[in-house]
Amino acid sequence: MHWIIAPVILPAMLAPIIAYVMRHDITLARVGSFAGVLGLLGIAIGLFVMASSGETFVYRLGDWPAPFGIVLVLDRLSALMVLLTAILALVVLYHVVATDWDKRGRHFHALYQFQLMGIVGAFLTGDAFNLFVFFEVLLIASYGLMIHAGGKIRLKAGLQYVVMNLAGSTLFLFALGTLYASTGTLNIADMAVKIAQVPVEDAAIVRVAGILLLFVFAVKAALFPVQFWLPATYSNAPAPVAALFAIMTKVGAYAILRIHTIAFGPEAGAIGDMVTAWLIPMAALTLAVGAIGVFGAKRLEHLIAYAVIGSMGTMMLAVAAMTPAAASAAIYYMLNSTLAAAALFLFADIYLSRRGEDGRLILAAPLAQNGLFAAAFFAAGIAMVGMPPLSGFLGKLLILEALADGPHITLAFSAILIGSLVMILGFVRAGSILFWKSVTVAPDPDAEAAPPVTLSQGAGMGALVALLVGLTLFAGPVYDAGAAAADQLFFPQGYIEAVLAPHGEG
Amino acid sequence: MEFLVASAVGILTAGGVYLILRLRAFPVILGLALLSYAVNLFLFSTGRLVVNAAPILNPYGDQPYTDPLPQALVLTAIVISFGMTAVLVMISLGSFFENESDEINLDAEDAAEEGTK
Repeated sequence: MHWIIAPVILPAMLAPIIAYVMRHDITLARVGSFAGVLGLLGIAIGLFVMASSGETFVYRLGDWPAPFGIVLVLDRLSALMVLLTAILALVVLYHVVATDWDKRGRHFHALYQFQLMGIVGAFLTGDAFNLFVFFEVLLIASYGLMIHAGGKIRLKAGLQYVVMNLAGSTLFLFALGTLYASTGTLNIADMAVKIAQVPVEDAAIVRVAGILLLFVFAVKAALFPVQFWLPATYSNAPAPVAALFAIMTKVGAYAILRIHTIAFGPEAGAIGDMVTAWLIPMAALTLAVGAIGVFGAKRLEHLIAYAVIGSMGTMMLAVAAMTPAAASAAIYYMLNSTLAAAALFLFADIYLSRRGEDGRLILAAPLAQNGLFAAAFFAAGIAMVGMPPLSGFLGKLLILEALADGPHITLAFSAILIGSLVMILGFVRAGSILFWKSVTVAPDPDAEAAPPVTLSQGAGMGALVALLVGLTLFAGPVYDAGAAAADQLFFPQGYIEAVLAPHGEG
Repeated sequence: MEFLVASAVGILTAGGVYLILRLRAFPVILGLALLSYAVNLFLFSTGRLVVNAAPILNPYGDQPYTDPLPQALVLTAIVISFGMTAVLVMISLGSFFENESDEINLDAEDAAEEGTK
């Protein structure tokens, strides 16, 4: 049973070793980091198999019983998220090593392990204050990764990112304080029990706390009106780091999915339905902002960053509906959009490092491997905007189907369909400028030819596209796993009973 | 006393928000520090304000006691905000030396320069 804490302990132990013992030897640090990520992947697969029995596993830290001590909870959803994190971490780490990004600054691998520790911890914890602590762990590591390799603009954008998140953390603490003052607990399962019993006349304060929490998670998930930090951060971070950050917006989405379904869900007495009312318009506007941003982007990195915002909007529309069917669709779409966004960022890294021009979407002489780059952009772009045949299309279709009999059908359908169209146009525009029209530009005879992409450098991006194809081919089993996770989420009795079980049981 | 604590939280928050909106690194750091003081005070008061009582439950339960959990939470929050402020100061110093200005906004000039990094 101690395996539940292993994915947190492993990177937490490994990171200081890398930072203090292996820092002078990049090869050693790489080996250590790879061993850590492979170990994490192994543990994640083990936990996923364990959770697929449908049971909710609880790990009591220090063996203190639930509402008093901190618990880690493993159910289908958290196991799936940990697995996704481990897979993404492995691919991104491979790309970083293959393209020598880790040599451009110090302590990359140590920060990377701390980052994984924070993300995995946030997925596993069953305590709201502990969630705050893991958020801080993943943020403080992300500050270091964000400004990795330095540079004027990157430092400035990094400063903006830090300030933004510190203000967000303060808000998180205010929300937790309000919640504790009104319910007397910070354990998510216990909170669900207490909130359901809140009398109508006292509901206002709990509602304020719930909306504050929603807002804090919206900052992480880059939802309108707090999405503005994302383009500057993602486009200025080192591209492989931005690829890993693709999972960080999902941490916010996961927190909403976890806390707001269990504690503030439709069954939460006087509080019920509040989340849907707020989230639906927020998500639709997020999608609109993302789509317009994709269409108007002047640089490739901005285009991808806005596409991430747009995909968060699509996904949160499904989350906001608060039904098991919509949540299953959201989980499937989340897998797709994480992998597609990471693939696009890795593509941007490989492509822009060779294109003599910067990321601006302007005409320039084509690279020798123009066709290869065009194909890679095409594949990842199709998955991102949701065109057939890749999994983005299936994800959007599932979301539309799940929302079709809900009360928000008009808004959701018009947002998703018009948003998709505008995003497709944006991607078409970028692709035709970068790859299609560029063949009319005569190459500068004095310019040195960019080094061709070697197999090892392209393998990370290729692996992500292969995963996307796999997600499409095995859409049935993957969707079923997501649906099982959503079912577990929307029948929180199992979760609550497992967490609050008397000492000694479970 | 409730009024005193509540107005202290309010004034600290107002000052912090005002300073954050200045968009220069030094006032913003001070503002975030003020905000973290405000939130620490707020967290402390979430266990209800009790004067002259130990955070220990007496075995007979007949003496007033104060809720120990918010104190533990505040301790955690102080440590985290302290560390975060240190990181923020280092990053803003790095940004200041690189950019020779402590402005936080990415302006039009930066946007033009952005590609050439």
